[in-house]
Parts: sequence; C-alpha cells; structure tokens
Amino acid sequence: MAGAETSSVTIKVEFSGGLELLFSNQRSHTLTLPAAVPTDNATTVPVPSTIEATKPADITYLIHYLRDHLLQERAELFEENGTVRPGILVLINDTDWELEGEGDYVVKEGDEVVFISTLHGG
Amino acid sequence: MDSVIGGPEYPLPLEDYKRYGRQMILDGFGLQGQVNLSRASVAVVGAGGLGCPALQYLGAAGVGRIGIFDHDRVEISNLQRQILHNEETVGIVNSRLVIDAVTSAISASNALTLLAGYDLILDCTDNVPTRYLLSDTAVALKTPLVSGAAQKFDGQLCVYHYGENGPCYRCIFPVPPKPSNVGSCEELGILGAVTGIIGNMQALEAIKILTGLHDGKPVMHIYNALSTPPFRTIKLRSKREGCPACGTGALEKALVRDTDYVQFCGGLRPDWEHTGLAQGEAGKRIDAKSLSALLASDPFAVEIIDVRQPTEFGIVHLPGSKNVPLKQLVEYPQNMSRKSRSSSPAGWVTTHRRQQTRCEVSTEVRV
Repeated sequence: MAGAETSSVTIKVEFSGGLELLFSNQRSHTLTLPAAVPTDNATTVPVPSTIEATKPADITYLIHYLRDHLLQERAELFEENGTVRPGILVLINDTDWELEGEGDYVVKEGDEVVFISTLHGG
Repeated sequence: MDSVIGGPEYPLPLEDYKRYGRQMILDGFGLQGQVNLSRASVAVVGAGGLGCPALQYLGAAGVGRIGIFDHDRVEISNLQRQILHNEETVGIVNSRLVIDAVTSAISASNALTLLAGYDLILDCTDNVPTRYLLSDTAVALKTPLVSGAAQKFDGQLCVYHYGENGPCYRCIFPVPPKPSNVGSCEELGILGAVTGIIGNMQALEAIKILTGLHDGKPVMHIYNALSTPPFRTIKLRSKREGCPACGTGALEKALVRDTDYVQFCGGLRPDWEHTGLAQGEAGKRIDAKSLSALLASDPFAVEIIDVRQPTEFGIVHLPGSKNVPLKQLVEYPQNMSRKSRSSSPAGWVTTHRRQQTRCEVSTEVRV
C-alpha cells in the first residue's frame, strides 16, 4: 500500500467542551488514516495485507481509531457501542454529522472532524 | 387621536424614544422592534452566571415583562459570576419593567403552568434534567428556547424549537449523558466572564427573535476563551421525525407531565461527598481530626499523597503532603505503594471533598 497517494487520508481532528482532557489535553490533532480499512473497524496500523473485507475509512473507523490509539482515559468517557457516548456532538466540517451520514461518512483529505462534549453548567 | 402619545402613531411613551433611540435607529430594528420588545414577555430560568447578564440586557433593552425563575439560594461562591446579586439584593436595571420573580423549583408538574404566557424561554440552568424539562415544555407551549451553557473556559449557545423545522434539544441529544459523565461548575470550575459572554448572547438571541432580526437557521455557537478564533458556529440538523417531543405524533404536554426527568437522565447525580463520607473498610479511611491528631503526635507518622490536579494542590494542601494526580497513581500504583511503605509505616490518600476520585481511590488503589 505504501507509496500510492490514495492509500492514506490526512484529516484534522479537534476536541472541545472538555473532551480534550481525554486526549492528552490537546485540542487539535492531525491524523493520517489508511484509505481502506477493515470492515470490522479493527485499527491495527498498517492494515494487515491478509485483510480482505475492507471499506473506505469512515467516521465509525475514526472513532475506533481514536479510542485505540489516542484516548488516554477510560474508553467509556468517549465511546459506547461502537459510536460516541451520549452527550458528544460530532461535526464534519462544521456541520452536524447527522446531516452527513453519521458514522458512514467517508473521510476525505483535509476534512475537519470536531468532537464536542455538551456543557450543562451555568 | 393618532398623534396622541401611546396612540397608533406614537405607540411608546415619550421618554422611550430617548431611552431606546440608539437601538431604534438600527436598520431592521426601528420603532416596531421597540414596540415588540415592550409588549414581549421572556422567562429566564436560572438567575445564576448565565441568567444575571441575560437579565441585565433584556431589562435594559426594554423587554416589557420578565419572569425570573430560580429556587437556589445565592452563595458567596456564586458572586464571582452571578453579577446581579450582592449581599441581599437583585439589581434592577430598568424600573419600568414588570418582573415576575418565582422562587419555587420548576418541575414536570408545574412547568407548563409557570411558563405559559411567555413569548420566549431562556434556559440559564445548570443541570441536565432541567434542560430536557425546559425543552419539552417550550415545545409543548410552542415557544422558542434560547439555551446557554458554560463550564471552565467553554460556552455553548443554541436556539431550539425555532424557525421552520428547527430542532428541539431532544432532536440533537436524544439520549442524555450518564450522570457520572456530567460535571458541574462546582467541580470543574468556571470563569465568570465566560458565563457573561454566553448570557449576554442569550439576551441578544432573544432580542433578535422578538424584533424579527433572527434568521431562524438552526446553529450552535461554541466558544472557548483560550482559542483563536474563540467562536465556532456549527450547522445543526433539522427536526427529528421521530422525536418524542416535537416529531410526528409527539406527546406534547403529556410528555412533560408523564416524564420523570431525573430518572430519564439516569437518576440523581452521584453524591460524591456523601459517598466519600460513608464508612469504608476498617483501617482504609481516616477523618480529618484523627489525621490531625496523628500528625501532631508524630509529623512523620504517615506519608500523605494528594491526588488532586496540580492546580488545585497549588491553591492549598496539607503540610508535608505530596501531589500525585490520580491518573498517575492509578497507572503506577505499585511504584507508589512500594515507595511509601519503605519510608513510612502507613500512607494516606487525600482528595477534594466532592470529587469522584474519592470513590475511585477506595476501589482501585490500595496504598
């Protein structure tokens, strides 16, 4: 897979509303994901060549990837049943992910994905 | 009769033309905007960090009737951001306002009655169950909801149930977060100026809606005081078809009456203070007086590990205590216990009085 321009996709990921605390207290991350990933969202990198069932990297894969590789705290604070836990809003290029196909949205070069924890204080 | 003050041609008292003139000359605002404000009624639920600035600007702008709903007592730790309160008063910026002050707690059984008759509701509250209750109530009463929230250096602002197909709070957050994943200003901290910014913007959104200046598009404004630029505006989805509050076949008023909001949001928030005060295993807990007595008899009797964040440790800590944030301690408990056992006969872990850490320490770490 190495070498080919289409084999990976680089995106910007941002955390806000306190979620950054789960990710090394760093708000902004630049990630390079494999363009084709296992359909079961296993996040071994690089993707083993023995994997046959692949799909383009999507937001569901990104959530698994973040959980397995960047999360510094308990997984339940970020992920639940393969998606984000209730109370986290996902934005794809400043738009609610529900308008973009949620987890099925295929990430594109230069996309910005933001994870925001809702606030309740006042 | 047309030229009579208060008549159709001059619908406002003479002094209002002077008082509100600077906003009345704004394009799109005009005389009609001011008339709308003077005839409008706004319910502000929560007169705390968000409610205070919102109330100030709504009052100053000439909103005719304002309902203030808050059952909490003002504590000294609130004064840093709840700027309308001083020792005993609530400041009033405009003596001509009609103010309904309601000090009973808003609940599923009284919300529909208490909030009926207002053109607009401002959610300036501080907890998840009340946020769902206010959203469902606003939908049932066909009222837009201007919702603000703030924590630490962050703020969020959104107008729900407004415009064509605008979503309600439940459309965006159908499932509430677990109580243990929700922090409060008390635990996480809050900068007063941040609630000021969000509260002011709630007043601004309210004024825009009442004067017809709001574009009705569903967006959320997200603020972080430390980022550049500090604001981000995100486009939200429209109404959720199957939303139990505002979707097709929604239950409307019955939903509000029949929902136990605290239960819906996963029950009461864990009472860390109470949990911490509970009797633990014998020999695993010590109260402050016993620890003080022990240290008085022998300052080196124990090693004290303070597991709070370094910032909190820096504010105040027990003499001779050592700061090892909980996360490090949990990651390398072996290291810590070996060290403390070699130098002292016993070790104690201290935490802030209302932190979750206390429970975690008691279950996960054995020093």
